Amino acid sequence: MSTTTALAPDADQRPARAPERHFTKLRRKVTDNLTAYGFLCAALVVFALFSWYPIVRGVLLSFQQVNFVSAAEWVGWDNFETLFADPLFGIAWRNTLLFTGLALVVGFVIPFAVALVLNELRHMKGYFRVVVYLPVMLPPVVVAILWKWFYDPGPGLFNSILRTVGLPPLSWLNSADTSMLSLVLVATWASMGSATLIYLAALQTIPGDLYEAAELDGANLWQRLRHVTIPQTRFVLLIMMLMQIVATMQVFTEPYVMTGGGPEDSTVTVLLLLYRYAFTYNDFGTASAMSLLLFLALGAFSALYLRLTRTKG
Amino acid sequence: MNTPTLRRRSLGLLLVTGLGLTVAACGESTDDGAGEGGKVAITVNGQPPKTQPFERKIFDEDVAEFERTHKNIDIQPREGFMDPKTFSTKLAGGQLEDVYYVFLTDPANLISRKQAADVTDYVKDVPHYDEIQPTLKEIFTRDGKVYGLPTANYSMGLLYNRKLFTEAGLDPDSPPSTWEEVREAAKKITALGNNKIGFAEYSKNNQGGWHYTSWLYSVGGNVAKQDGDKWVADFNNDKGKQVAQYLHDMRWADNTMGSKQLLVIEDVQRMMGAGQLGMYLAAPDNVPALVNQFKGDYANYGLAPMPGGNGTLIGGEGYMLNPKATPEKIKAGLQWISWKYLNPDRMESDLKRYADQKQPIGLPASPPAGASDIWTGPLREQQATLKTKYATVPVENYQPFVDGLADLDKKIEPPNAQQVYAALDNVMQGVLTNKDANIDDLLAAAETKVNAALAQVK
Repeated sequence: MSTTTALAPDADQRPARAPERHFTKLRRKVTDNLTAYGFLCAALVVFALFSWYPIVRGVLLSFQQVNFVSAAEWVGWDNFETLFADPLFGIAWRNTLLFTGLALVVGFVIPFAVALVLNELRHMKGYFRVVVYLPVMLPPVVVAILWKWFYDPGPGLFNSILRTVGLPPLSWLNSADTSMLSLVLVATWASMGSATLIYLAALQTIPGDLYEAAELDGANLWQRLRHVTIPQTRFVLLIMMLMQIVATMQVFTEPYVMTGGGPEDSTVTVLLLLYRYAFTYNDFGTASAMSLLLFLALGAFSALYLRLTRTKG
Repeated sequence: MNTPTLRRRSLGLLLVTGLGLTVAACGESTDDGAGEGGKVAITVNGQPPKTQPFERKIFDEDVAEFERTHKNIDIQPREGFMDPKTFSTKLAGGQLEDVYYVFLTDPANLISRKQAADVTDYVKDVPHYDEIQPTLKEIFTRDGKVYGLPTANYSMGLLYNRKLFTEAGLDPDSPPSTWEEVREAAKKITALGNNKIGFAEYSKNNQGGWHYTSWLYSVGGNVAKQDGDKWVADFNNDKGKQVAQYLHDMRWADNTMGSKQLLVIEDVQRMMGAGQLGMYLAAPDNVPALVNQFKGDYANYGLAPMPGGNGTLIGGEGYMLNPKATPEKIKAGLQWISWKYLNPDRMESDLKRYADQKQPIGLPASPPAGASDIWTGPLREQQATLKTKYATVPVENYQPFVDGLADLDKKIEPPNAQQVYAALDNVMQGVLTNKDANIDDLLAAAETKVNAALAQVK
């Protein structure tokens, strides 16, 4: 009882102070969140107007025939049927996957190798990093036009070099056999700077004592790479690979500017075909159907990416 | 390689069409055309850019003159011509001009998609409508209804470098009239050495298909034919093979087409302007482009009719009206088109003002509008006389083209032309980039694609 009596005054006072504190906290929360939502508001409106609404509209367009004069006509799966009846649709996917595959082989290995070399440099590190990163600063169309000259089968740079060293010239973009690889080289050169810097940052987080221990164990260069470097950077490598798959499946600028999809459809990619449907044939329904399919395919990779990053987090 | 923000890129894919249309929709116009004092205000495109000061000045003067003589119409000019990349967006957003420019490739699809106004009830008031070439009017007509007016026309021919012809021992006044003669001339020009190329051809961005169609017409072939209610491909035959074989032989057996392929019109014009190229297929309007953009000389070029002697592809331009335009705007729009582009009363003054400014007169092409090859009968004869009177270029260089044109079958472009040309690009690319190209396979593959494109024709 005495305890109860002793606590009574506190107990009496508690209900009186608690609402006040609760109200203050609530007011602070509301104020803080209002400010946050206020700052978010502009971004939300922009996202809603320029991203989410067009995405929804794009999905709807996939099932419609539109002429922008009269009301849109619902056509069910007709746009998808048009796509599947187009022989170029399969060719475009095959080419896109080929580009992605080649980009993984060429564009994934080279930046990592360059990062390894840069990481080993003791002198002029900054200079070489700038040199590697410089192409990223060039506008993509400028890069494409520059490389068109490199690839010129007559007086082009590459064939001039080949002739100088006594080798036969190549057709580069002018042959269906070499055109896709030629585009991959352009894309790799133009964008490897960013990837190289990310790999370099990952390499510099590897503790030096791991290499020292490996050397003490008699590991050669290849063994150190295989058992220390790659395991230590495997998460970055995996993420970069996924991002590269998503990015390269959207290849457009290089085939658009350099080959127009030729020769013989060897460089028609999904995005190039989509562009043709939308902006050459003015068939926005079929173009939207195609973008929806690509969206779903890339969505799968994006989901994997998110899952991996969350797991790591 | 690329390291973009993943989600932004993947979501962005779905924006390709939706975004432009959404933004455009924000600016939808509700203008009923009623201007100040009961005037009808119409927007018209086709105004030359400021980078072409002479043409711009002419256009603006015409607008002022038209408004002076048509007090009830207010012309609001806009720069630009037909751009398929922005056409639908402008239409969706209510920003498409009331009177808009089209290439002759466009009307078939625009009519199918109901993106042009039906002007049948008003076209009877257009002066001299009956004297326009029927083939051209047909392009703007579907099921007896009229959807626009042609204002210029060109026919494909053989453009050649007279200087190189002379250097190669060829007679520049007697250009090749058969494909065999073209081959022989190309060999002699290539033999001059110093990177001279006898003959060049486009093969990219649908331009290869466009020119393959011209070749086909020249040998009496077709790209497509009607089979009942449907259109089907009509080039996987002897004619189609003949053309592909000619091109393949010129490229690989004769080696007269250079090693660099996947060319487009600008590449070929650059070669011609630089004096490196002997011949290519072109419409007469290429000549001013060679002179103005590539520092060429009118005296160095000649134009011959399409070799082969059977037919030629015609193209050109015209104007259609916004499907949302009111009847008042349609009437005003047709008045503007007929006054500005189809006006025999202004033919002489139009040619004279160009001649006074040393602009090219005497080419079988427009501008000026007064020189457009669209008339028949007496108007055509009147135009020919005036063009000779005010000629500022060596007319005799282009006379073989004019003389030969009358004997050729003038054919229009196939339906769904851009999709058909995209498929035919491949045939051109195949024979020009692959020495071992299998022509039968190329034509069969293109036929499948063209049939898929033609199946969508409504």
